[in-house]
Amino acid sequence: MNKRRIYPQWFLFAPVALYVLFFLLPGLLGVFYAFTDWTVRSAGDVHFVGLQNFIDLFTSTNVHYAQGIVNTLRFTLISNIVKLIPALLLAVLLSENLRGRNVYRTILYMPSILPFLIIGLVFNSILTFNGLLNNILDAVGLENWQQKWLSDPNIVWGSIYAVDAWRGIGYVMTIFLAGINAIPRSYYEAAEIDGANFWQRLMHITLPMISGAITINLVFGITYGLKVFDIVYVLTNGGPGRATEVITTYSYQLYAQGKYAMSTAMNTILLVFTLVAGVFIVRMMAKREVQQ
Amino acid sequence: MTVRSHSTNRNRRVLPWRRYLRTALTQLLCIILCLMVLIPFYLVIVNSFKTKGEAARMNAFLPTEWHFENYAEVVKKGKLVQGFLNSLLYAGGSSLIGVLLSAMAAFVLCRKRTRWNNFMFYFILCGLFFPVNYVTLIQVLNGFGINNTRLGLVLVYTATMVPFCVFVIRNFVLTVPVELDEAAVLDGVRPLGLFFRIAAPMLRPAMITCFLLQFMGVWSDFLTPLYIISSSKLWPMNLAVYNFFGKYQSYWNLVFADIMLTILPVVILYLIGQRQIISGMTSGAVKE
Repeated sequence: MNKRRIYPQWFLFAPVALYVLFFLLPGLLGVFYAFTDWTVRSAGDVHFVGLQNFIDLFTSTNVHYAQGIVNTLRFTLISNIVKLIPALLLAVLLSENLRGRNVYRTILYMPSILPFLIIGLVFNSILTFNGLLNNILDAVGLENWQQKWLSDPNIVWGSIYAVDAWRGIGYVMTIFLAGINAIPRSYYEAAEIDGANFWQRLMHITLPMISGAITINLVFGITYGLKVFDIVYVLTNGGPGRATEVITTYSYQLYAQGKYAMSTAMNTILLVFTLVAGVFIVRMMAKREVQQ
Repeated sequence: MTVRSHSTNRNRRVLPWRRYLRTALTQLLCIILCLMVLIPFYLVIVNSFKTKGEAARMNAFLPTEWHFENYAEVVKKGKLVQGFLNSLLYAGGSSLIGVLLSAMAAFVLCRKRTRWNNFMFYFILCGLFFPVNYVTLIQVLNGFGINNTRLGLVLVYTATMVPFCVFVIRNFVLTVPVELDEAAVLDGVRPLGLFFRIAAPMLRPAMITCFLLQFMGVWSDFLTPLYIISSSKLWPMNLAVYNFFGKYQSYWNLVFADIMLTILPVVILYLIGQRQIISGMTSGAVKE
């Protein structure tokens, strides 16, 4: 049968055109502008300056942009560890025939549908110094547990990871849970007869069988971590000082200051990180598709 | 062999005890975790009904007097009706167009696997990872004369959701038998009819899932309007809340009421559509 006539190529036109125009083109233009002196005042008069913007970003002494890049990478790593491991254990627990597990799943997944902005505002009210958490600690006699959750540089990242985990664990868990539920029960029964304990079952049956769920969680976890903005912006706005700045918050600041080229240079660095992660992941997926 | 069977026997004897204890502990853990999720919601709700002074004290007690009028005040002061309608238009409009266009693309990409179409699939998939460059996006939108307009925002959202929707729906097309298409074509159905009358009904679960996820995603998005929307008339609810917070920072009762009204639509949508949302979110996790 003539596939050309049944499945017309023009079905692709509109979505691909939108995708190219409003997604890829700005990305490419951004890479180009990263090598220019474009600012709010250039008014069309833009010059090529080579690597100057990148040199400025890495050598600037009054604002440590490089630290923002390090913060982003560290956030990507730690926030994923903090979410993936507890979520996996939780999914294993919930996968057993636990009464009420659907209710638990519904509740635990709920935070991940809420706007970050809202979560940020709510936790702002909970974590500020005169906020709910400190007041509750005071009320139950744990005054010395009180902390400046959002303004102590040594603690603030912990608060961000905690809020991020509050939002994300249910989501990660749900994906793990779907993977685990698809494993045939007979595997576990066989393992139990052989006397395998909890850890042995986890390492030798569960983990290898849920590689798909792990891949999905890593894809979304890594890209989310690299692109993180809202939660940091609303919880701390990069503070205290510049302790919690990340790539995207710096990029937004540079844009707001009218340093457009610097902002796109920052974004280009982010693009390179996601490109590396993306190539790696797409390769992995393509390989799996071939195997099927 | 004897040792092993011996140990299973012993396990079996201890099991009822241990199983009860384990179930109890697991239940306890789950309840604690659910409470940790729900407590912030509780705090927002109770504090949204307090007076300004009482809410500023930031505690978890019920209000001494219930001030329902806080909500009316927020709706008036916070540009919430306008924000709600804007958000509805952005989220509904872009999700509808985005899902429909992506489904058409995914259908062709999956059914006609030429070398070029395979390339296109991975080309579109790149969008799952790349960040949006907002500064140059504004340039592009200016070029089309649609920066700081509703149309511009809807088109941007539509463009950014194409990769995810194509990815999810294409996986789903694999499960729809090709014989259906062939029978329809033999009956003289044309391509558009084939898609809308034969394929789309079969793809409906995946399309509904994508629609719900993207709707909630756009509803929650904050960064895009922060960059490209400057006039307050075009603010989505999120931005209205943020600016409200900036202006009335010390009125936590009103901020909380504002938050309640903003999250209510997505929470309701989630509770109604959670089956589709979760099944769609996890479809990739199982299909290996």
